[in-house]
This record gives sequence, C-alpha cells and structure tokens, in this order.
Amino acid sequence: MNNKHVIIIGGGPAGIEAAYYLANNGIRITVFEKDEYPGGNVKNWAKLFPDFGDASVVRKQITEKLKHDNIKFLNNTKIENLAWENNNWIATSGSEKYIADVTLLATGFEVFDAKRKEELGYGIYDNVITSVDFEDMYKTGKILTKEGKIPERIAFLNCVGSRDEKVGNHYCSRVCCITAVKQAIEFKELVPDAHAYCFYMDMRMAGQFYEELYRKSQEKYGVNYIRGRISEAAVTIDNRIQIKAEDTLSALPMKMTVDILVLMVGIESSESTTKICTDNNIVGPYGFAKSKSLFGMDNFSEKPGLFLAGTCKRPLTLPETIADGRSAAVEIMNYLKS
Amino acid sequence: MNFHPFILPFAIGAIFLFAVITFKFVMWIRNLDRKQRYFVNKNFFSIKTISAIWEIVREALIHRNIYRRNPLLGYMHMSLAFGWFLLIVVGKIESSFYAGTMFEEPWLAIFFKYFAKEQHEYFGAAFFSFTMDLLLLIVLSGLSLAIFKRFRSKFLGLKKATKHNTFDRLALASLWWIFPLRLLAESSTAAISGNGDFLTGSVGNLLKALPVESMELPLWWAYSSVLCLFFVSLPFSRYMHIPTEIVLVFLRKWGATIGEQYSGLTDIQINSCSRCGICIDACQLNFAASINDVQSVYFVRDTRYGSLTDNVANNCLMCGRCVEACPVGIELTLIRQQLRNKAEIPGKHYFDYNKAEISKNKSDVVYFAGCMTHLTPTIIIAMKKIFEEAGVRYWFMDEEKGLCCGRPMRQQGYIQQSKDLISKNMRLIASSGAKLLVTSCPICYKSFTDEYILDIPVMHHSEYLKTLIDKKLIKLQKSSKRIVFHDPCDLGRGSGIYEQPRDILKQIGELNSCELEREESLCCGGSLSNAVIELETQIKIRDHALEVLTESKPEILATACPLCKKSFVHGNKAKVMDIAEIVAENIILQNKTKTVIEQSKYLTKNLKTKIN
Repeated sequence: MNNKHVIIIGGGPAGIEAAYYLANNGIRITVFEKDEYPGGNVKNWAKLFPDFGDASVVRKQITEKLKHDNIKFLNNTKIENLAWENNNWIATSGSEKYIADVTLLATGFEVFDAKRKEELGYGIYDNVITSVDFEDMYKTGKILTKEGKIPERIAFLNCVGSRDEKVGNHYCSRVCCITAVKQAIEFKELVPDAHAYCFYMDMRMAGQFYEELYRKSQEKYGVNYIRGRISEAAVTIDNRIQIKAEDTLSALPMKMTVDILVLMVGIESSESTTKICTDNNIVGPYGFAKSKSLFGMDNFSEKPGLFLAGTCKRPLTLPETIADGRSAAVEIMNYLKS
Repeated sequence: MNFHPFILPFAIGAIFLFAVITFKFVMWIRNLDRKQRYFVNKNFFSIKTISAIWEIVREALIHRNIYRRNPLLGYMHMSLAFGWFLLIVVGKIESSFYAGTMFEEPWLAIFFKYFAKEQHEYFGAAFFSFTMDLLLLIVLSGLSLAIFKRFRSKFLGLKKATKHNTFDRLALASLWWIFPLRLLAESSTAAISGNGDFLTGSVGNLLKALPVESMELPLWWAYSSVLCLFFVSLPFSRYMHIPTEIVLVFLRKWGATIGEQYSGLTDIQINSCSRCGICIDACQLNFAASINDVQSVYFVRDTRYGSLTDNVANNCLMCGRCVEACPVGIELTLIRQQLRNKAEIPGKHYFDYNKAEISKNKSDVVYFAGCMTHLTPTIIIAMKKIFEEAGVRYWFMDEEKGLCCGRPMRQQGYIQQSKDLISKNMRLIASSGAKLLVTSCPICYKSFTDEYILDIPVMHHSEYLKTLIDKKLIKLQKSSKRIVFHDPCDLGRGSGIYEQPRDILKQIGELNSCELEREESLCCGGSLSNAVIELETQIKIRDHALEVLTESKPEILATACPLCKKSFVHGNKAKVMDIAEIVAENIILQNKTKTVIEQSKYLTKNLKTKIN
C-alpha cells in the first residue's frame, strides 16, 4: 500500500481526520485546502455546543494531526476540476495537476448567505448579524451594537435558510437550534440584565445534553422562546431593529424592538462540493454529494475510488463529522487493499 | 317551385341553429349587469356602433390580428370565414338573379347548382358561375390548411393545439366535409347537365368515369346532412364563437367590461372563445413548467360546460400574457377572478387587529410601500433617500401599522375581505390631505387605480421618479452600467407603464433590451395570484425568465416590483435591483436649501414622536 496516493479535497475536520488515519497506515496523502489555514468551519466558532468547549483548542487538536510525514498539506489551493482519467483521479488546481488512486471529497459546507432573505435586513441594517458574526464578536469577549452600546434586548431567529420553501431549502440544518441556545446562554452570561428572545418553528434538541441545555437556558438564564418566524425587520430612528412576527402559540401578530437581531444561518452545500459533484455526476438534492447508501455505504459515491466524508453530504455536527472522516479512512484502506 | 326532400336536413338544422342562438343571446343580454346595460343604452346609437361593424369586418371576416401573428394562419381563417361568407352572399345574389326575384326559396342559393340545371339566361350568369367556383376553391384551400394544421400545428405558428371535446370533434368533422361534399355534389350535377365552371366543370369531367347519375342525389343528400350536423352541433361546440364574437365586438365597442360578478357578458366572452390555443403558447406554466391542462382555453371551456375544477380555476399566475395574446380579446384574468369569488362562503374577517393610524400631520405626498416592499427594505431606504433629497413633504402611510391594499385577497376571491381593507385604506389616505399617492408595488398600484375611489392621482414610484427627474428635483449621474429592465406584470400589461422606467434607466446606464419584453414580458413566478402553484414550478418559471432576461449578461437586472425582485434574487443569477434603488444609488447630492433641511428636521421629529 506504500506506493498508493490519496488526495483529500478539503482541510476541515473530516478531511484531516481521514488523512491522519490513512497516513498512519503508510499511505501518501495530499490535503488541499482552499483557505490559508486548515480547520474548515470550526474556525467560525468560539465555543462549541453542548459543553462550551473552546473551539480553538479543538481546532488545534484537529490541525495538529496534519503534522505527519505522509501528509502533504497544500493551503490556498482550490481544486477546480476533478476527473477520472486512465484509471487515475486527476485533480486540477490552476496549472497544477495531481494524480491519485483514490480521492476523498471532504469539501464541507458553507453557511447560508443571509442577504438572500432581504426582509430580515442583513447587510442593510447594522444591527442585524448572523450566528457566525455573533461568534466572531464573542471571540472579542463583548457583544455590542454597532454603536458600541451594550444591548438590552437581543433576538435570535432560527431557520434562516433552512426549512424554508422560499429559498428552496426544505431540509433542517441540525446545528442552528442548539447554537441559538448556546449563544443565548453566552449572551446572558455576558449581559445578565438583558433580555434574550429566541424565535423558532420547533426546537430540535436531538443530541446528547441538548435538551438539558435548552431547559437550563430557560430556567437559569431566562431566555424567552417564542414559536413563530420573523416575517420582516425594519430599522428605527435610533438604529435599533424592529421585528414583526407571529406568536403562533397565542395566534397573534407581534412587534418588538431589539438592539441586535441574530440570524441563525443554516448549512448549504459549498460551492466546491456542488461543482465537483455535478462534474462527476454524484450530485444529490440541494447540491450536496450523494452517497451510495445511507446504511453501510455512506462513504462511497457511485464512482469507484471517489469517497465522501463529512458535511459535503448533509448537515452534520462536529463530532459526527470527525467520526465520518475516520470511517472514510477505513473504507479507503479496504478499497486500496482489494 | 324548386324543391327536393334533400333540402330538409339543411332546413331543420338551420331553424334549430337560429332558435338556439336566439335563445342564448336573449338570455345573455338579459343577464348583463347594471353597468354593462348602462353602456349599451348610452352608446347604442353612436359612432361606436359603426366602428364595431368595421371591426367585425376586419377581425371576424378578414382576421387581421391573426394575419399579424402568422400570415398562413390568417389566410386559413380568412379563407374559411370570409370565403364562406362571400359564398353565401354571392350565392344569394346569384340565385335572386336566377329566380328573378328577391324572395326566392331560401334554400335555392345553398343548392343552386342542382336547381339551376335547365340553363335559362340570367344576368351575369358567367360571372357568378366563375366567382362561385373561385370562392369554393379559396375555401377548400383554407380547409386543406386547417386539416394540415390538425396534424402539424407548428407549421402555422402554433406550438400546442387545444385538446377538443366530442361536440367540437363532431362540428369539426362535419365542417371538414361540408365543402368537399359541396364540390362533389356540384361537380356531379355539372357532369350531368354541363353547368359547371372551371372547378366544378373539371371535377365533373373526372367524375364522368363513374356512374354519376346514381351518385348525384346521394351527394346532395350528404351535403345537406353534414350542413345539418354542423348547424346542430355548432351552438354546443367551439364554433359558437362565430355568432357570439359579433355580439362581443358590439358590447366591447359600447364600453361594457367584465365586472366583479359573473354576468351575461361573462357568458358572451367565454362563448366567444374559438379554442385556438394561442393562450397555451403564451402561458409560462406551459412552456417553462410543462403544465398544459390549466390554460385559459381550458378554463374558459370548463366554465362554459360547468365542469370547472379548483385546479384549473386557481393554477394561474394571472400574469395577463394570455389576455395580451388572445385574438378575441377575452378578459381572461378578470373572468378567472369572478370564478374564484368566494363572497358567498361565510368567511372570517381577518383584520380585527388593525391598528393603522390616521395621519397626524398634513403632507403633500402619501407614500404607501406595500407589504411586499416591506420584505425588500432596500427599496424603502432608497425611496426615503429620494423623498428627502427632492425635499418632498411625505407621509409614510404603512411604515409601522399598515394594511394590505386588498388585491391579493381579491385575486383569491375574498371580495368582501378585500373591500374591508380598501375602505379602511381609503379613510387613511383621505386623512393625509395629500395631493398624490405614491406606491412602490405594482400590485398595490393596480389595486389603487382599479378598485379604489380616490380624489387624488396615484403613481407607481417609477412614474413618480420620472416626474421628479423631469422637474429637476433630483439629479442623476450617468454610468456605463449595462441594465436590462424586467416589466412587472401588473405594471406593464396590467397598467400600461412601459416607458417611464425605461426613460429613467436610460439616464443612468446603458439600457439593453431582451427577447421578451413590454407586452410580452415574462412573469417572475412569484405571483401572489396563484396560491396552489408548487415551489418546483415557480422555480422553473423563475429560472426560465431569468435566462431570457440575462441573455445579454447585464450588470444589473432592474425591475420595479418588490415581488419580482425577491423572486429573481432567489434565482441567484444576476444582480437584481429595483429602479428606486438604482436611482438612489446614482443621485447627485445637491446643496440642500433651507426649507429642505427644515423639512427633514420636521420629518425626524415626526418619526421620533411615532416611535415614542
């Protein structure tokens, strides 16, 4: 197996985990990362749910694994084309061509561009931010309005770009509900006197400790949960955000003015995922990669020698993504042996 | 007396046809609504009647409109309609000359060749004989085109042919047989008695090879029978459009239009439909989304036969492309609205929580953004900037606690609820004392102009911006950006506003045209009028429209409707901007005069009090 070469497109948690286990088995690996630094979307988080673990520590643990003799890590390298030619996978980046026996697609996800929902005012009003912006702000240790004021009221809106017919995404992104709970708690810890409201359709607490955290956010931190989507946001004269929503439990329309509106942006297939999958005819719904079978063949694509790992297939949490990278490594080793 | 029993089927059919048509016309005219009657009474004795007659000649006989669409299709219709008409008229004159009286047997003209065997001299015999043969040839040429069209509709500029029902098939089959049988019957007589001209005579010579004597009578019987069959099936088939359209042209010229409720005019309009299927080709549900059983032709047909299903009534974008394309001029979207009427269903009134407030201050302009504009806040921001830059004293009527204009409710058939909203809004508008109402939404604009009774003019913001620019209240900078303008349905086809937005855009950038624009403009797919459409269908329509609009790869896709903007933004294909945004972006900020500053101070104060 020592002369085999595997290329991994995407230097996020799934790609790195797979690279590490394959490299340990003496396989030559090349990992391509389009950004400067590895770590994928973990970069966007300050703390991780459900245990408020430091994301930078977790990220460091992940990226440390790249320091391996068998792994060649190429940053700022975007694979523009991947094709099966003469029994080899050829990956092209600019004028460079890379030849491999096996390709692992670990191109991950992108967050939904909230500007596409203009009615929510992202990119129009200063104090409408996304959950990613919130994490960035949290890294500085402060949550402040654009004017530098400590907010008295904050609203979180779930399902921005997920479960939304209008933008064409019917699916649930799985991580946003719990992220909203986490961020609401973080906010309340920073500003205990402020009010936090969370607008939701359902609170999908389907992970270990999620439900407990949801309960704690209400009992200990007093976060208010309102069932209903925000239909539109407008700005007031003092640059606060006025939101219109329907409280579907009391069946009444409501209006509220908040200092910051946080949009919990969903997970969408990344541009590279859709491009490579379309080119290789393995594209599934919503531009995600399609695996051969959910049961047992989840790391396989319909193309022999082209494997899939992580959120290029569907929205996954970070632990699931890491585990999936590891499982892809096992499948690839078996494939190379046979 | 010129009589033979074979005229009986024809006579029975003709009498039946006359009776049924008379009955129907009387019923429909009795059912006209008050407004329609008013127009009929007012304009009955006026120049409009003469212009209606001229239109009937132009459209019902010569078919000028269809000629414009496709010359071959126009010829087909003209040869059949005008050719047959002339056959009747010239035939009648010929038989009158032959009989030497105006009051000869009414059937003599129809079966003239048979009865005119013993050739006595009459005035113009040779001319008539030649003309009648020529006319028959013209009709037959049209008929062969019609038969050809049945099988190859593309050839005549129609992509999709209508699927027809039993009555239509019966009428069509008999229509196809009338003229060939007439030719054969006349030729057989010509073969025997030698009274044929270039067509009947030559066909007669060919027939001489056959036992003509025993064929002659059966052919005349067959000719008379298919005439009977056609006449009997006509009132129940699509060919009812032939007599009905004439009535429709008169009513339209007199000024009668489709109202809120189903009326006699609705019946007249739906019976005027010839089911040509042009509306199928015009419909985006057909060519962009492959749905081809809900188009106006089927809607009209099903309404006529009382078999209208919810799907056919509701699965329509009400974009008006079919209205624009309809050669008969049937007000299809308005009829659809009538059929969707749910006024009789006791419904809840949903607006109890209405807290919209009347204006506290007097202003010059009322600005009504509209619900959809509230979902595209950049348009509102742009309009505010423009108002302030132009120094206009305005009242933003639905800034916080606005109501819907009522049009979406109306289009879904909730007339009463819609009227509720309208009366509430009219009170609010009147409270402002303003001299002009400006809206950013073509849907609201259409509602204000069609349904509201206002004593101030209404403008869509594209019109209003044009006047601001013309009055030099705002100045624009020119760039070299390539722009394509998308005509929103309710603004373009709905309200006839095509030039103002284009004039504005020409002053800002380089305006490119696209394949389907103005009257032919496509719907964005986001129409509020279709509550049953599936998302996939909407996406197909949107993407197709985007493809047409962005063919020239414009830097900006401009529109003037918040709904179109939203649909196209979700298509992710081009930079989409409302015309107000484009104007606001390219405004040259001038030194504000004192009054303007005072006004903006006043505005700020006004807004602050509102928030508190």
